Amino acid sequence: MRATVDTREAVAMDHDEHGRLQPAPRTVPIAAAAASDAGLDWLDVCAVDDVPLQGARVLKRPRGGDVALFRSAAGAVFALLDRCPHKGGPLSQGIVFGERVACPLHNWSIGLADGQAAAPDVGCARPFAVRVADGRVWMDAVQLRAAD
Amino acid sequence: MGTQKLVLIGNGMAGVRTIEELLALAPERYEITVFGAEPHPNYNRILLSPVLAGEQRLEDIVLNDREWYATHGIALHLGCRVVDVDRRRRVVLAEGPQGPIEAPYDRLILATGSQPFMLPVPGVDLPGVLAYRDIADTDAMIAAAARYREAVVIGGGLLGLEAANGLRARGMDVTVVHIMPTLMERQLDAEAAALLRGALEQRGLKFALAAKTEALLAGDDGRVAGVALADGRTLPAQLVVMAVGIRPETTLAQKIGLHCNRGVVVDDTMQTYDPRIYAVGECANHRGIAYGLVAPLFEMAKVCANHLAHFGIGRYTGSVTSTKLKVTGIDLFSAGDFVGGEGTECITLSDPIAGVYKKLVIKDEKLVGACLYGDTADGGWYFKLLREGRSVADVRDRLMFGETNLGDTGHQGQNKAFAMPDAAEVCGCNGVCKGTIVEAIKTKGLFTLEEVRKSTKASASCGSCTGLVEQILMNALGSDYSAAPKKKAICGCTELGHDEVRRAIRTPAADGTRLLTLADTMAALEWRTPDGCATCRPALNYYLISTWPREARDDPRARFVNERMHANIQKDGTYSVIPRMWGGETSASELRRIADVVDRYAIPTVKVTGGQRIDLLGVKGEDLPAVWKALDMPSGHAYAKGLRTVKTCVGSEWCRFGTQDSTLMGKQLERDLWRMYAPHKVKLAVSGCPRNCAEAGIKDVGVIGVDSGWELYVAGNGGIRTEVAEFLVKVTTHEEVLEYAGAFLQLYREEGWYLERTVHYVKRVGLDAVKKRILDDAAGRRALHERLQWSLAEEPDPWHDRARAGVDERQFAPLSIA
Repeated sequence: MRATVDTREAVAMDHDEHGRLQPAPRTVPIAAAAASDAGLDWLDVCAVDDVPLQGARVLKRPRGGDVALFRSAAGAVFALLDRCPHKGGPLSQGIVFGERVACPLHNWSIGLADGQAAAPDVGCARPFAVRVADGRVWMDAVQLRAAD
Repeated sequence: MGTQKLVLIGNGMAGVRTIEELLALAPERYEITVFGAEPHPNYNRILLSPVLAGEQRLEDIVLNDREWYATHGIALHLGCRVVDVDRRRRVVLAEGPQGPIEAPYDRLILATGSQPFMLPVPGVDLPGVLAYRDIADTDAMIAAAARYREAVVIGGGLLGLEAANGLRARGMDVTVVHIMPTLMERQLDAEAAALLRGALEQRGLKFALAAKTEALLAGDDGRVAGVALADGRTLPAQLVVMAVGIRPETTLAQKIGLHCNRGVVVDDTMQTYDPRIYAVGECANHRGIAYGLVAPLFEMAKVCANHLAHFGIGRYTGSVTSTKLKVTGIDLFSAGDFVGGEGTECITLSDPIAGVYKKLVIKDEKLVGACLYGDTADGGWYFKLLREGRSVADVRDRLMFGETNLGDTGHQGQNKAFAMPDAAEVCGCNGVCKGTIVEAIKTKGLFTLEEVRKSTKASASCGSCTGLVEQILMNALGSDYSAAPKKKAICGCTELGHDEVRRAIRTPAADGTRLLTLADTMAALEWRTPDGCATCRPALNYYLISTWPREARDDPRARFVNERMHANIQKDGTYSVIPRMWGGETSASELRRIADVVDRYAIPTVKVTGGQRIDLLGVKGEDLPAVWKALDMPSGHAYAKGLRTVKTCVGSEWCRFGTQDSTLMGKQLERDLWRMYAPHKVKLAVSGCPRNCAEAGIKDVGVIGVDSGWELYVAGNGGIRTEVAEFLVKVTTHEEVLEYAGAFLQLYREEGWYLERTVHYVKRVGLDAVKKRILDDAAGRRALHERLQWSLAEEPDPWHDRARAGVDERQFAPLSIA
């Protein structure tokens, strides 16, 4: 399933730690996001503040591989399978910059929104549906409980 | 689409490169229109010689096909001659195949290139007399070679010889007429030119040197039939190629009233006297020079694009150029002032039997020129020295024997790219063969090391093959290889190089405020990205904490995983833990604790490291804090860009040969230096006698005990390329060893670029510069040592004082779902 979710609501609730001018958040209208998310079984995973800004947390799943939960400097939350498409490196341990993460093993640059590797590398880390509401991070229960 | 209109006149390499650079910086800013007089899309003009010689085909050398223009929304008018520019109304007027075209502009780029210079001799207009400039000329030469037998090339310079070689390869009988007594006199001295002439004669070329062309003679069919020389000789020729020089094409610029003087005169931002109009490439004259090689044109394109994108931080300050002939099998390289003269000294090596000639010209202890024939493997290194303008006094005795920036490992010690077969592996990290790189250079139109790295990954990991890749580029592109610029930007987030960033951090603003955080630094230095990238953030973080210790706060989010987790990540995502053992000495109780930890946490592998420590491999991230606590030993920092270990031999306490207590010395050094972050990892060793069992000769700082004291060696390296450390000084006491070693390392901490090992730092600044600071200036040395002590005094042990070290405990605790 593709994550076409509004991950940017978080911006409104989060202040930039540095007090710096950030690029204007591209917000998706709530109605549009809700329509595309219809039918998902949203599960409360953690508080937004449990995920460090410009950092990540590892989320263990009962059957499938770990998920990496990222939070950009601007406060947007993303979720990818915690496996680099190159050699399986744990993306959660990489340096987060802009809306990308550099894999800690061989420095592949992976887009947080779509999991795609930057050229010339080719590959994709599977994105997970994620949304932020009421200061909590919500994910799709069915996707989380599935095996890989 | 942008609101502003940009028009480019001249669809060649310089102009289109500017557009490419601009699209990378500000893709939306302009609506772009391009006019090209030739009917072709942008092609790689410098590869015309291989096309002529039959080594490549025309379709191989197209850089941007029509689709590229369409994809970027660029209006392309080919076969279209610009006849006028109305600067008042800001409109370009062109004559196209379908009639006149008008294109309004807000900014205009002139990239009209150059025109070949035709000798004003009778007969120059005859059919069969050509210049060598574009695809049409090349096609005409190929066609003539198929029909006629004899050719004369007028001009024994770079272009003329490439043309002659190509025609010869196509079976023609070719004579080169040159007005000077030696070939390529602007690039080669007489000795090298004679070797070149010999090599070309062996390939069947003929030469008429010191020969002046008087007239071109017509045959019965009206086509050119011969060349009459001033000395009375007549050379038969059904094809005459003029390659006597080029002139900047300024007809249009002059017509519209722009100031021209051997080119359109531009300033350091590539603007002409009309600030809305830029000029780049061969048509431009910058500080009195019109360049005719591609490397400078690309530097101009970068600056021009930068200005067009309103970044306004780029300035072009001229280029140093080098020359290489693109004739397969002939190796020559020249750069700078290769002739020498008043005030210069020459080092020469001449081996006529092997066909090798090398000449280096030195002035005021700096390399100012180089001329190489037969063996050009070190051309890249000499060119770098020349551009950097650094003193070569300390390497002068070895200068002639080259350096080539090559590692010995991973490519069977190969150091001559041209001798490698296509199937040979160049990059041992990413498994890239020579053939793959050559193919990518040709088909994708690559010009720089950076582009090769991006496209093929060769030299993108450990970098030991960088020199080889540079040679391959040089061989494929000839003169147009664009060597790494003098100043290298830290990363794509900025134009600034390491030195500039360090200076900005070190220098307080006029109101006394200093840069202490990443965010402030990026804002003050106008970073292009909101929060940097994985390359610049760790560098900036290091520069901040090393410049303002105890004030700037370490930012773990700007640290690579190892320095954030304080352990080494392994291929499976587990970590390795190496506790500190001072000077490599341990005890029964430490070993017992280690054994208990291994059992309790089911650690799969225990290994002794090269630096005399014990490595616990396969520790889970979440177990790290508990493992550290149970070990109850200091962090070994085996994961850090900083002091790793001080390796020691047993020394005089036990060894029957030992002259000094090397273990004690090692322990003292390690206690003095531990928790020290540095631009890169730092390894030390102390041996108790000249047998040097601790291998101190390949360490960042090596200390060797002799009967009368200690010898200090610096800037050795045992890695990719084994580098023997350089002797720094001999001292007597343990205290002196601590002071001199500490001062050297503090100098490296203050001046080294991030990820630059001591060996590369010392090579960059020169050992003499280091000696001046450490040996000649006693007060300065003591101050350096004190600054180091002061910086380290408050530094916490990140394993046991995690709060102070800024360790985020959340990284050890995974989340799980209910």
